[in-house]
Amino acid sequence: MIHFNQVSVVYADARTPALDGVDLTVPEGELCLLVGPSGAGKSTLLGAVSGLVPHFTGGTLHGTVTVDGRDTRTHRPRELADLVGTVGQDPLAHFVTDTVEDELAYGMESLGIAPDTMRRRVEETLDLLGLADLRHRPLSTLSGGQQQRVAIGSVLTPHPKVLVLDEPTSALDPAAAEEVLSVLQRLVHDLGTTVLLAEHRLERVVQYADTVVLLPGRGRPPVIGSPAEVMAVSPVHPPVVGLGRAAGWSPLPLSVRDARRRASELRARLVGEPPASRAAEAAEPVAEPVATVTSLGVLRGTVPALDGVTLGLSRGEVVALMGRNGAGKSTLLRTLVGLHKPTSGRVTVGGVVPHRTPATELTRRVGLVPQDPRDLLYATTVRGECANADVDAGAAPGTCRDLVLRLLPGIDDDVHPRDLSEGQRLVLALAVVLTARPPLLLLDEPTRGLDYAAKARLVTVVRELAEQGHTTVLATHDVELAAELADRVVILADGEVVADGPTADVVTSSPAFAPQVAKVLHPQPWLTVHQVERALGAAS
Amino acid sequence: MARRPALHAGAWWLWALGLAAAASRTTNPLLLLLLLAVAGYVVAVRRTDAPWAFSFAAYVRFGALVLAIRLVFATLLGSPLPSVTVLFTLPEVPLPEWAQGVRIGGPVAAEGLLFALYEGLKLAVLLICVGSANSLANPARLLRSLPGALYEAGVAVVVAMTFAPHLVADVQRLRTARRLRGRNDRGARSVLQVALPVLEGALERSLALAAAMDTRGYGRAAPVPAAVRHTTSVLVLGGLLGVCLGTYGLLADQRDLFGLPVLAVGLAAATAGLALGGRRAVRTRYRPDPWGVREWLVSGSGLAVAGLLIWAGRHQPDALHPQTVPVTAPSLPLLPAAFVLLGLVPAVAAPAPARAPRPHGDPDRGARRATRHPVPGNDSEKGHRP
Repeated sequence: MIHFNQVSVVYADARTPALDGVDLTVPEGELCLLVGPSGAGKSTLLGAVSGLVPHFTGGTLHGTVTVDGRDTRTHRPRELADLVGTVGQDPLAHFVTDTVEDELAYGMESLGIAPDTMRRRVEETLDLLGLADLRHRPLSTLSGGQQQRVAIGSVLTPHPKVLVLDEPTSALDPAAAEEVLSVLQRLVHDLGTTVLLAEHRLERVVQYADTVVLLPGRGRPPVIGSPAEVMAVSPVHPPVVGLGRAAGWSPLPLSVRDARRRASELRARLVGEPPASRAAEAAEPVAEPVATVTSLGVLRGTVPALDGVTLGLSRGEVVALMGRNGAGKSTLLRTLVGLHKPTSGRVTVGGVVPHRTPATELTRRVGLVPQDPRDLLYATTVRGECANADVDAGAAPGTCRDLVLRLLPGIDDDVHPRDLSEGQRLVLALAVVLTARPPLLLLDEPTRGLDYAAKARLVTVVRELAEQGHTTVLATHDVELAAELADRVVILADGEVVADGPTADVVTSSPAFAPQVAKVLHPQPWLTVHQVERALGAAS
Repeated sequence: MARRPALHAGAWWLWALGLAAAASRTTNPLLLLLLLAVAGYVVAVRRTDAPWAFSFAAYVRFGALVLAIRLVFATLLGSPLPSVTVLFTLPEVPLPEWAQGVRIGGPVAAEGLLFALYEGLKLAVLLICVGSANSLANPARLLRSLPGALYEAGVAVVVAMTFAPHLVADVQRLRTARRLRGRNDRGARSVLQVALPVLEGALERSLALAAAMDTRGYGRAAPVPAAVRHTTSVLVLGGLLGVCLGTYGLLADQRDLFGLPVLAVGLAAATAGLALGGRRAVRTRYRPDPWGVREWLVSGSGLAVAGLLIWAGRHQPDALHPQTVPVTAPSLPLLPAAFVLLGLVPAVAAPAPARAPRPHGDPDRGARRATRHPVPGNDSEKGHRP
């Protein structure tokens, strides 16, 4: 269905090609997963299938890409619209109309499909994606998972043979991600649609894939094969694969179910080996409060976003804040930095009330890295950004620069912050916030769009900060990150705290928030591959 | 929640333009206020909960502003009418020889002020009538009814219109982000400092939208011969020129005979051009709004008001243009007033708006929602927030 023949793509002012000599064939009706670190050319490869590369992005394409026999060099994206459906990372950027039903019809209208056919397909798609109740709703009022489903639905209605998706689940909570993936699976099984999908969160998708294409980056050729083959050599892999490698299983398990069926022997080996918990390793945390929240209520408009939240944060703790999209995680973080005024209850951070404290004072007590780190960055170079941060924080010149060097070695000072990768940008924003040395650090959804390497770096950075006595709160959907990093997990639902306790207790008691390792080794309280590796090392 | 009963957006526009045309034919303040009341009443009983439905108040304020400006200018610059009843005298600014005929300050006469009041009111009511169409009809639904040849230009306009609310939301988001970096500054300086990142963000978003639209087939065209394309251009441009000339002739208040025929020929040419141009478009329409009896009644009532007032202007010019020299109290001409009341037909003929269900059915919350509504900016912004 999709053929790449010796394809290379070079962008106008880039020194190295974004793709180099790619040969790839995706047969009809396959779900093909594209993995690799940031900057390896995943988005370029997806764009080449939909025709956006090179017609829209510029650059030079060598070799040929054909989709169902149509050469993308001679066909513009609009001439491929009946064949290829494309959904980008941000569904809101994809919407042209303002209600669900109109959005589903838009693509068909452009293609000139007969009105009665359109009517029928809209109804079918509403049912297929479970959107029937939302048909008249304005798109801006939908939740993240619903928006992503509408975006997929809007490209399904013209019945494309190929579906191209760029990180469809990265912004979604675990339940919404399951929803989207089950829809994709149904399309592949029932309609024979060919799906090409790029995703960083392998633990969510790898078990559904028929083929995996690994783009290692730095000019190395892509590795193509069955998921188990590629995962055996891939530097990026989900925890369940890591566990399989640690236990020496072959073929590697790809899903929790595969792994569980083989895990009884591993569980037996691990009996009597208590998991090394981080809390036990570190010196017993001194219960020195950094911030307290007492029966906090916050209204957004007329809707209560938080209701009766009570929470204490002590020095050196890493707390993961979890819950579905719209549960009030961001609101809680924003209230801690004084962006929302509490409607009831009290908030104190470092002895002051955030919303009544001048910003210059407050940044010395608490710092927030927002969901989109770009909001914090407005200089045109990294150097300028650091100089600004020093002035803002009243720190000695060079403070921020030193932090950036430590967190991001080898970064070019003259790069525009928008040209950095997602991971680099996050770390730059983190350095800017840390310049004022706040004892409390808040991160809102920090792993969105991060590859495994960037995530590992984030884990190291946050651990180091915790050792220096910084308290960190991260709002996240990433259960693996929470298991790896957090001492304590707080789960919010509908603006209320529904669980608060040590990570191992909270995440293992709820299937939605349990990391893969915990699911595999249940009822033993293991959370991460590292713990298991260490225990196996000690046992042998 | 059913969408079917909504009235065709074109019907609302024809009705509102009819009222506006009627307003342009009279300076009688009583008739103008009656027109205003008719438009206001229909908007009040037939508008929906949608964000654009609350723009009527903004148009009323805009109309009042226009009227005030007209009066201020009349006071300062005087009026060409003979000043019989001088109300007060402003100090006159001495102007050089070459500026003869222009006067700043000097005597202010009741006749001049009254004339300015009537003229200003006419313009204000005309604006408000157009505004009422804006608050009754969904701009996006109107776009769906455009002829195929104009569709792409229409999408560009709608996308451009959503650009501004996005920009405002971005500025607010970035200004709160500045607080996170420990900057307390408010006011113009902070807006200027976030201007560059806001524009960068807006451009990125526009490019993303353009890419998304392209991949979904926006701008696919069927091949047509060059001769057809050229004929289309000639017909559309010539037709629009005819429409402009004809409208000018019709509204210019001189009893020229060329207005109506030129308008008709222009309309016909433009329509033919658009129909021909539509052959390039491959688009189809999903659930197009039907044009039924209600649409005929609503648009007909607006057009009837316009037509009857034009007719009345020919036969009773004095009633429609009360004299201001000497100052006399205007009287309400009964027949034209009855014609204006025809504009109330939509208050009955148009379907009652489907109100969005109140969340959770909590009456207290419903009441609070209702009081929040008169702030249109707030609602629309929320609607467009990315």
